[in-house]
Amino acid sequence: MAMSDMRPPIESGCPDGFQYMHPVMRKNFGQWKYHDDPRPGVLRHVAHSGDIVWTVKVGTQRILDIFTLRTLCDIGDKYADGYIRFTLRSNLEYTVADEAKVEPLIKAVEDAGFVVGGTKNSVTSLSHTQGWLHCDIPGTDASGVVKSMMDELIDDFKSWNMPNRVHITTSCCQINCGGQGDIAINVQHTKPPKINHDLVSNVCERPSVVARCPVAAIRPALVDGKPSLEVDEKKCICCGACFPPCPPMQINDAEHTKLAIWVGGNHSNARGKPTFQKLVASGIPNNPPRWPEATAIVKRILKVYKEDAKDWERINDWVERIGWPRFFEKTGLPFTKYHVDNWVGARANLNASTHIRF
Amino acid sequence: MAKKIHETPMLDELENGPWPSFITGIKRLRDEHPEERIREVTNSLLGQLEHSYETRKGYWKGGTVSVFGYGGGIIPRFSEVAKAFPESKEFHTLRVQPPPGNYYTTDMLRKLGDSWEKHGSGLQTFHGQTGNIMFIGTDTPGTQHFFDEINEYGWDLGGAGPCVRTGMSCVGAARCEQSCCNEHAIHRHLLTNFTDDVHRPALPYKFKFKVSGCPNDCQNAIERSDFAVIGTWRDDMKVDQEEVKAYVAKKGRQYIIDYVVGMCPTKALSLADDDTLVVDNSNCVRCMHCLNVMPKALSPGDDRGVSILIGGKRTLKIGDLMGTVVVPFKKLETEEDYESLVEMAEEIIDFWAENGLEHERCGEMIERIGLMNFLEGIGIEVDPNMISNPRRISYIRMDGWDEEAEKWFARKAEGQV
Repeated sequence: MAMSDMRPPIESGCPDGFQYMHPVMRKNFGQWKYHDDPRPGVLRHVAHSGDIVWTVKVGTQRILDIFTLRTLCDIGDKYADGYIRFTLRSNLEYTVADEAKVEPLIKAVEDAGFVVGGTKNSVTSLSHTQGWLHCDIPGTDASGVVKSMMDELIDDFKSWNMPNRVHITTSCCQINCGGQGDIAINVQHTKPPKINHDLVSNVCERPSVVARCPVAAIRPALVDGKPSLEVDEKKCICCGACFPPCPPMQINDAEHTKLAIWVGGNHSNARGKPTFQKLVASGIPNNPPRWPEATAIVKRILKVYKEDAKDWERINDWVERIGWPRFFEKTGLPFTKYHVDNWVGARANLNASTHIRF
Repeated sequence: MAKKIHETPMLDELENGPWPSFITGIKRLRDEHPEERIREVTNSLLGQLEHSYETRKGYWKGGTVSVFGYGGGIIPRFSEVAKAFPESKEFHTLRVQPPPGNYYTTDMLRKLGDSWEKHGSGLQTFHGQTGNIMFIGTDTPGTQHFFDEINEYGWDLGGAGPCVRTGMSCVGAARCEQSCCNEHAIHRHLLTNFTDDVHRPALPYKFKFKVSGCPNDCQNAIERSDFAVIGTWRDDMKVDQEEVKAYVAKKGRQYIIDYVVGMCPTKALSLADDDTLVVDNSNCVRCMHCLNVMPKALSPGDDRGVSILIGGKRTLKIGDLMGTVVVPFKKLETEEDYESLVEMAEEIIDFWAENGLEHERCGEMIERIGLMNFLEGIGIEVDPNMISNPRRISYIRMDGWDEEAEKWFARKAEGQV
């Protein structure tokens, strides 16, 4: 097709959301007074005008086929007011302006196989990325990990069992698209990349691959007379950063790609400042299709948190109060030399005091 | 179906259990969709996914696919095992920008779903971690046809690659009593200004805007964005003492002391003998904890604005960085206020485009060149709210100390700090 026949794009950018908002939300924009929580999975927001909306939060499979999307829309039309919002963690929210609609809506949602919950001090939906279904660098399938874990955590999604909300994330590589979480289950590579030297010079822009390495372990090399790259395996931290710009540097490995679990990432400024997650467990087998070993550790951490934390303490608040030694003692997880940071500024993570709990 | 259905014994295991199964959904497309193209492409997709489960490896590689006139917005995917699974050999994703706060009508969701069913696999996700609607799986012509169709009724592609990425905002003022700003307006002012930079990747690396209406930061803006806008207030928080008493009556004094007063990070709260709450507002850091526990009794003040933090990002390449305060407080009321916000974003992106190394996020650049060089580069004066503590290393030349001290007192006299 000639260029002149191509349709030029309309660069409309980010659409205006007001046209898609429930009219009661539009009317009371910026004028909400407070909210309360009639039951798990339901929020009730009261505006200064006296208007009230009820929101029903729904967990889904996130990767929606068109049939499922239409079912969710049908429920929205029949039992709600025709408006749907999605949260950051891919929960779906129906909003209604009539309390009488709430119970029939919940029933319709549950009858269709979806799950109502994820509010307040629950374990809300795990956030995750694409995995083997669509990503070009995944070490695991986050969608499958999430499905397997949510099967086991569904009661904690549907109730208010936890001291405070729990955000769990999963990621299929160490870039960690799933993001920081109270608990994060992330791929951890344990071996340097395996290089297909026949392909490197054709596929990879070598200087930018060299520049990508965080520890300067990659250098240009001639291998069997061909320009390629080599890795200083003693320096290599097995992060996989070279794999996206250079696919012939395969980092994923059926046996040596493991899962690691991190806790205490918290984006909120509530109480303390936002915190990053910290390593607690590693060497966990990447074991499709159900990843039982990872789920078992997550459940173990949640059990101790639930028993030991005070109301309103997120996992980071709780660990800060009881101290890391007790966290490892209570969870029974091994503490190893790999838990001691060795990155830039690592010394700031050591204990420069005699503050020790005995 | 004429073609053989790929066996999926491992994926079948993901149909067990009470949580909704994405595998069941994809299988339904394979088995029940009226269109042969979709049945075949999803069969092929499931075959490749099963192969990944068996071998514990991914088999997609990237490439270059874009729509006419743009350089980004598509995540190209070509199968490395296309011989075995030919119908899904091209399986590109389109990233489409949602409205701030992710609001939809069911009518619009159906319309988008219908278009995708026509041109793609019938699989979609609301939303990916960058904030886009992900329409997953079509071939190269399909990306253009689908885009042409939805672009006509108001939807545009998001960012992919080294560019300004799709923004994200929390539920915000539309339904949250804690919201201290108009997230919607902030988000659209910023993103609309950078539409060209969204569609045509030409920056050192990605640049993300995220907006949260209050310091609860439900949008993870500080941890996950280069430019975090967080609603806040600077006058006194509002206290409805009758509601405080009602909380005390309901939960008990000890609960309020232990879980509200005792958890205040700056010891700015006290429960008086008459069960009212005494607030030391000058020491309140707007952490939101007490407002979260007692939303009916406590509310943000009236003098509202935003804090802006720059430079947050995840691991690659120098480790995680939080965004740090560059503007402690900014009013956003008039059109000029919004314009100055956008101008500041332009300054920052221009400076970073000029000084950032390839694949270096804005926060990493600041780490490399130092905050002072960055602030001088974008024309922002230093403020003690930008730091946790002052300098602790004495190795620095301070030739200009007297002038700088005078400058501080002058700014103070003018009410700038």
